[in-house]
Amino acid sequence: MSGATASRWGLRTAALTYLTLLLIIPVATIFYKAFEHGFSAAWESITTHNAIHALELTLLMVAVAVPLNAVFGVACAILLVRHRWWGNRVIDAIINLPFAISPVVIGLSLFLLYGVGGWFAGLSEAGIKILFAVPGMVLASTFVSVPFVVRETVPVLQEIGVDQEQAASTLGASSWQTFWRITLPAIRWGVAYGIVLTTARVLGEFGAVSVVSGKISGQTETLPIFVAKQFDEYNFTGAYAGAVLLALLALSALLAMNLFKRKEVA
Amino acid sequence: MVLYLSLLVLLPLAAVVSQAFDNGLSGFWTAVSSPEAVATLKLTVIASLITVAINAVFGTIIAWVLVRDQFPGKKFVNAFIDLPFALPTIVAGITLIALYGHESPFGINVTATRFSIVLALLFVTLPFVVRAVQPLLLEMDRDMEEAAASLGAGGFTVFRRIIFPNLLPGIGAGVALAFARALGEFGSLILISGNIPFKTLVSSVYIFQLIEQGNSAGASAVSVVLLLASLVLLAAVGLLQRLGTGRRR
Repeated sequence: MSGATASRWGLRTAALTYLTLLLIIPVATIFYKAFEHGFSAAWESITTHNAIHALELTLLMVAVAVPLNAVFGVACAILLVRHRWWGNRVIDAIINLPFAISPVVIGLSLFLLYGVGGWFAGLSEAGIKILFAVPGMVLASTFVSVPFVVRETVPVLQEIGVDQEQAASTLGASSWQTFWRITLPAIRWGVAYGIVLTTARVLGEFGAVSVVSGKISGQTETLPIFVAKQFDEYNFTGAYAGAVLLALLALSALLAMNLFKRKEVA
Repeated sequence: MVLYLSLLVLLPLAAVVSQAFDNGLSGFWTAVSSPEAVATLKLTVIASLITVAINAVFGTIIAWVLVRDQFPGKKFVNAFIDLPFALPTIVAGITLIALYGHESPFGINVTATRFSIVLALLFVTLPFVVRAVQPLLLEMDRDMEEAAASLGAGGFTVFRRIIFPNLLPGIGAGVALAFARALGEFGSLILISGNIPFKTLVSSVYIFQLIEQGNSAGASAVSVVLLLASLVLLAAVGLLQRLGTGRRR
C-alpha cells in the first residue's frame, strides 16, 4: 500500500468513526429506547392530552412564524441585493444576530420588553397577554428564525442577475408582474430551502420559548418543552417517544433540504 | 423592513442592555464579577474553545474526505452532516444521554461531567467547519498541489504549504460560527450537564436560572457579556468571508 493510499484510508476511517460515534449511533439509540417497551407504550405516551396539545401548539408556531419570515426574508433579500445603499451593511449585520445570540438571551429580551415594568408592559395592562401565552411564544419563534430565508435567497438573487427583470420591465411589465413572473420563479428553490431551515428551527426551538412560555402543561407547552418535562419527570418512554417524533420531523426536513439543494444547483 | 427588524430584534435586545445597566455600571459589574457568574463564563469559554479546536481538525478532515475521497454511501454521509442543524437541541441532548448517560448500553455515563458539555457542543456544532471548508476545497485548483508533488513535496508538506493556507479562511469562519453557537448553547446542555454550580453550570443555563429566580438584572448583565462576544464573532466571520472570496477571485 502506498503512502497516499494509507493516508486516504486513515482519514476516511477517522472521519467516518467520528461521525458514527457522535451522530449515527446516538440518533439510532433513541429510536431503540423509544420502542424498547413496545410500540403501543410509545404510542400511548405521545397521544396523551398534553402531548397532542404540545404538538398542535408547535404546529401553530410553524404556521405563524414561517410565513412571516418567508415574506420578510424574500423582501429583505431583494432590498439587500437590488437596492444598494449605505444601510444595507447594518441590516445585514442585524439579520445575522439571531444566529449568534443564545436562545436564552433572546427569550430574556422578550421577557423584559413585555414583562412587568418593560417598555411594552402597557399591552398586558390593556388585556393583551403576551408573556406566558401564545403571542410571546410566536414572537420568540419568529425572532430566532429571522435569518434563514434571507441568507438562502441573497446568493441566488445575486447569481440570476438583472437582465431578465430589465427585459420584462422594458416590455411593459409592472414591478409586481416582474416579481411574480420572473424573479420569484428564478429564486424559488433557494426560498424553499430557506423555508425548510426556518421550519426545522421553529419546530425545535426550546431555549427562547422556554423563557417566555412559563411552561404550563396543556397550555403553553410546545413539543420540545414537553419532551424536556417528560424527561425531568422520569417518564423516559414519553421523553424518547417525543424525541423520536421530533427526530422524524427533522429527518424529513433534512430530506427536503437535500432535494431543494439539488434543484437549486440544477 | 427596518420596522420589522427593529420591533422584533433590536428593541428586545436594547431592553436587555438597558436592564443590565439599570443599577449603573457598578450594578452591572457586581453581577458579572460574582464568583458564580465568573465560574460559568470561564467554563463556557473553555468548553467552547476545546469544542472548536476539535471541530477545526475533524471538520477539515470530514470536508476533505467528502470532497476528495470516493466511497459507497458518500452521498448519504454528506446529507447526514446537516442533521444537527435540523434536529431540535433538546433531542440532541436526549440522544446523547440515551447513549452516553446512566442507561448507556456501553456502560459509559458522562452526564453531569464537564466532558458531557464538550460532547453536546461537538454534536450541535458539527456542520459549521465542514460546510465552510467544503466549497473552498471544491473550488481549489489542483494544479498547485500537483506542481508541489512533482517537485518532490510529500503528502504532509503539500497539505501544510498548499492546501491548509487556502482553506484557512473557511476554517476560521467555521470556527467563529461554531464558537458563537457554543457560547450560547442551551437546549442540548440543560439535561446532560447536570448544571452543578462551579462545576458544570454554563452561562446560558445560569442566565435561565437567574430569570426563574426573578433576578432580571443579573440575568441581563451576564447576557450582555454573551451579546458582546456574539457581536465580535460575527464581525470576525464577516471579515474572514471577505478574505475567503478575495482569495478566490
